[in-house]
Amino acid sequence: MSWISGTTADVVGHAASTAGGVTQPLLGSGVRAGFPSPADDHLDRDIDLHAHVVKRPASTFFVRAEGDSMHEDGIHHGDLMVVDRSLEPLPGRVIVIAVDGDLTVKRLERVGQRTYLNARSPAFQPIPLDGRETQVWGVVTHVVRTLPGGQS
Amino acid sequence: MIALVDCNNFYVSCERVFNPRLEGLPVGVLSNNDGCVVARSNELKALGVKMGEAMHLLPPTIRRQAVLLSSNYALYGDMSQRVTRTLAEFSPHVEVYSIDESFVGFQGFDPATLEARGQRLRQTVQQWTGIPVSVGFAPTRVLAKVANHAAKKISVYEGVCRLDAEGPATRALLRQLPVTELWGVARRTGERLALIGIDTAWQLREADPKRMRRAFSVVLERIIWELRGRPAIELDDMTAAKQQIMVSRSFGRLTSDPAELREAIRQHVARAGEKLRRQGSMTSAVMVFVRTNPFQLDQPQYRKSVVVPLARPSDDTRDLAHAANRGLEAIFLKGYRYQKVGVMLLDLTADTHRQLSLDDTLQSEADRQRSQRLMATVDKLNRELGRDAVRLGLPRKNNAWALRCERRTPRYTTRWEELLRIKL
Repeated sequence: MSWISGTTADVVGHAASTAGGVTQPLLGSGVRAGFPSPADDHLDRDIDLHAHVVKRPASTFFVRAEGDSMHEDGIHHGDLMVVDRSLEPLPGRVIVIAVDGDLTVKRLERVGQRTYLNARSPAFQPIPLDGRETQVWGVVTHVVRTLPGGQS
Repeated sequence: MIALVDCNNFYVSCERVFNPRLEGLPVGVLSNNDGCVVARSNELKALGVKMGEAMHLLPPTIRRQAVLLSSNYALYGDMSQRVTRTLAEFSPHVEVYSIDESFVGFQGFDPATLEARGQRLRQTVQQWTGIPVSVGFAPTRVLAKVANHAAKKISVYEGVCRLDAEGPATRALLRQLPVTELWGVARRTGERLALIGIDTAWQLREADPKRMRRAFSVVLERIIWELRGRPAIELDDMTAAKQQIMVSRSFGRLTSDPAELREAIRQHVARAGEKLRRQGSMTSAVMVFVRTNPFQLDQPQYRKSVVVPLARPSDDTRDLAHAANRGLEAIFLKGYRYQKVGVMLLDLTADTHRQLSLDDTLQSEADRQRSQRLMATVDKLNRELGRDAVRLGLPRKNNAWALRCERRTPRYTTRWEELLRIKL
């Protein structure tokens, strides 16, 4: 699912690491100084899906997909999308963007000098960005879909 | 240098992140039970709507034009936390001062680089959280407040203003700043200062600190030192802006004991309640925050806050304590060594605005009067016999927890069933 390479935004200023999620103490998140201890290889922790999906809690939001225009990118109606606002909207990424005030999800594509929002579905025409008021909201990094039997 | 980072029209900005259509419209956020306006977009300010104005007194023309929303404290609390976390990327010295303001320490940075850093900070907070902020750098907190105000109001600063202790910009700003606009100068103090010919911040700065201490207070003396660029004020000694009250303190030693945290919260709430009643205000929501020591990098780090709205504005310590306890329960995690806890009372309104809501009965009116008498007695005893002579035990269970919030937007970031829906 995570076909987007996990590029991060520019490192800003003097950074002190802060806690990741509520459930993830810093100790367990792999901050290391000096030589790695050989025992590290045998020190298994719980696999934390939240920490895997949410790299930056401050800038990560969960939103719900409505509609079917992004079928080919594997996003379906009702899916949970993980959106990281700290990532840059590079061509090829699926982004959340406000077009004339309405939020939508599309893949960003560049053809020559022009930028398009591509719906990746034969039923939808690419939307050129020129001349529209747009504001990028974030980059969709993961999709979570509940299959039959998965409902709690 | 220290920076004051202040979110612009915070509640409105939070709403706009999830509804870009609100951009450019006059937007207001109402206190609980939709009583008064507690946050305004610039467009709503331009229509002449004042802070704290009662909703039912707004002219119909304005009510038609404006988008008026119920307060969505779950959302504001979460967004506030995101802003704080983003600030922590820039400096380990982040002290939350209110739900929408933080002091960020930049000690040891080359002053020449600060404006550029401030711009990057602004841009990063905007991108990561969607919240626009203004940044004021100065050698002291009082001056940082002034710098922040200038950053927000004077467009050439582009949201970032640096003031030195000396310098033409500092002088010019202080000369036109009414002394009552200064952080920590109460209106009554301002009236007394006017009697001795001190109207502007600059005149106060030039006054004799020792004399002012004798004539007024030690706080005023400290403000003078701060205006001259010498740090003299700790965050915890400062009474916050008129719109909120904060009480927090660091523990003498780190603690993981929930009982100690609860006790600290109890004391903070008691003090905050006294302050609230002394200034004749009621609060709409209680924010509770906890954090570990950010300088002990070998220790697990945790920083969390939560906003608990009250069923209706209150000045009863029992209501505040009940809310604060619930807040603490929600954010306390085992296994961390806490350095600081605090309580903040948000969106204060004058108690003359005490509202009767439709579901109020004679019974609840009688309750309220009893509560007022009880609180007045507690305050009097504590004043006369010393702090904590009378303590309030476990808060009563409050069943009337249903908020009226017809115009509240979804709690986009804290409820699965209310996540933002986006059309593909």
